[in-house]
Amino acid sequence: MEQLARLGRIGISSLERLGRGHLLLAHMFSGVTALIMRPTLLIAQIHSVGVFSMLIITISGLFVGMVLGLQGYYILSQFGAEETLGVMVAASLVRELGPVVTALLFAGRAGSALTAEIGLMKATEQLSGLEMMAVDPIKRILTPRFMAGLISMPLLAALFSAIGVIGGHFVGVGLLGVDEGAYWSQMQSKIDLHEDIYNGVIKSIVFGFVCTWIALFQGHDCIPTSEGVSRATTRTVVHSALAILCLDFVLTALMFGE
Amino acid sequence: MSQHPNDSNEPLVKIRGLRFYRRERAIFDGVDIDIPKGLITAIMGPSGTGKTTLLKLIGGQLRPDAGTIHVGGQDVHKLNNKDLYKLRMRMGMLFQSGALLTDINVFENVAYPLREHTQLPESIIRKLVLMKLEAVGLRGARDLMPSELSGGMARRVALARAIVLDPQMIMYDEPFTGQDPISMGVLVQLIPRLNKASRLTSIVVSHDVEETAGIADIIYVISNGKVIAGGPSEQIANSDSPWVRQFMDGLADGPVPFHFPAKPLEADMLENAAATGAIH
Repeated sequence: MEQLARLGRIGISSLERLGRGHLLLAHMFSGVTALIMRPTLLIAQIHSVGVFSMLIITISGLFVGMVLGLQGYYILSQFGAEETLGVMVAASLVRELGPVVTALLFAGRAGSALTAEIGLMKATEQLSGLEMMAVDPIKRILTPRFMAGLISMPLLAALFSAIGVIGGHFVGVGLLGVDEGAYWSQMQSKIDLHEDIYNGVIKSIVFGFVCTWIALFQGHDCIPTSEGVSRATTRTVVHSALAILCLDFVLTALMFGE
Repeated sequence: MSQHPNDSNEPLVKIRGLRFYRRERAIFDGVDIDIPKGLITAIMGPSGTGKTTLLKLIGGQLRPDAGTIHVGGQDVHKLNNKDLYKLRMRMGMLFQSGALLTDINVFENVAYPLREHTQLPESIIRKLVLMKLEAVGLRGARDLMPSELSGGMARRVALARAIVLDPQMIMYDEPFTGQDPISMGVLVQLIPRLNKASRLTSIVVSHDVEETAGIADIIYVISNGKVIAGGPSEQIANSDSPWVRQFMDGLADGPVPFHFPAKPLEADMLENAAATGAIH
């Protein structure tokens, strides 16, 4: 009986959290019009959330592209199809690895930083202080960060894919001797704007939305102590990673299912 | 403000029948408090009596379970968000930690409410901020970051920020806690000086008896969710009530027990002995 009661309590508290998360989301959206009037706030956040993530995205993209070039070449050369290496590298990056790995890195680099920042602002009463200064902390602090995450993620994913294609080219064409013309022309003719690129962009927008939402909610909802902030930061990374991978499956099934 | 013409003697803050619970524990159990205009009112009581909670209730950050709080004739908890924010512009609050924004410097922290709520030109903002920093003696610290300030300086910067919009009242949350004697002396001087010079109404929540009693005009003592004494500060200082005496004289035991509620000591010890015996 006690087990059942505990299960019920966990269920209720999870539902409560979900409800609070949605209320926060609605509240953040209500601040978008005010944000449009003050674009400097958004630009500052894109700088801190997006621009500061560029280095890790560039380096990771380069290595992922290089590994794809290497692995792809060994498999494709068994069938004498190494000319299609460009297609394989680009399709893997644009459809899957670009959005997914970028989102996972984003959750670790920017998501955890957002949670810690908001959590500490709560713990040091900065959010309460803003409220008492008649400034809505959600609209003033959270909305710009949310929109910055939403805008940055597709751009970072595009950067990741572009750098990855260059990495694949470096290994495939530069080191393993795949024909350069074939690498680019095959890629150009087989990669479809709608089927591949648009779908990849949609994925990265969805991941940007979910990752930033989770990070901001965990920061805003954390217990305002050092332990609370540390647990919230961990939860951000874990929940974001799980959400990204689950959503990736769902989106892939919907987009490429037929 | 929708104030009746003939109610100028009305208290600025009127709390009636306030009840507030955290889980099953009653933080306030029927509290009535009047905060008169233009005076310094101290709310005192042992730690954990919900003094900070009271300030958050007055500021509309928390909702009471029962009772009403009127500020300037308006029921704080019946206001919509827009009106509540308008009301908050007339209130300043000094948090225990200062609550300064850590990513901007002292000048920008004090300028923050002006930039958010007014369209004043930069030259006027600069003058106003420097005036307020001068009032707290920190004009020279304008370029420092909050992390470079001592606790006492941070609190003074926060005070400059709290008064920059010229509010009607200021709420001080434990202004003296953890201050060295010099910072404490500075704050003890500053609070009444500001109150007089800017014609403010101040609410000081504190458990530092000597300092608070020294500057307050009115004192309320809260314990166990109730107001156990309230009135002019001399009257409270000379009160015969054992509750008030215990608090004002800092006695370890009295009507407020030294021990947190627990089962009898013997039963607790025997239970422990039984448990250890069972292991051996």
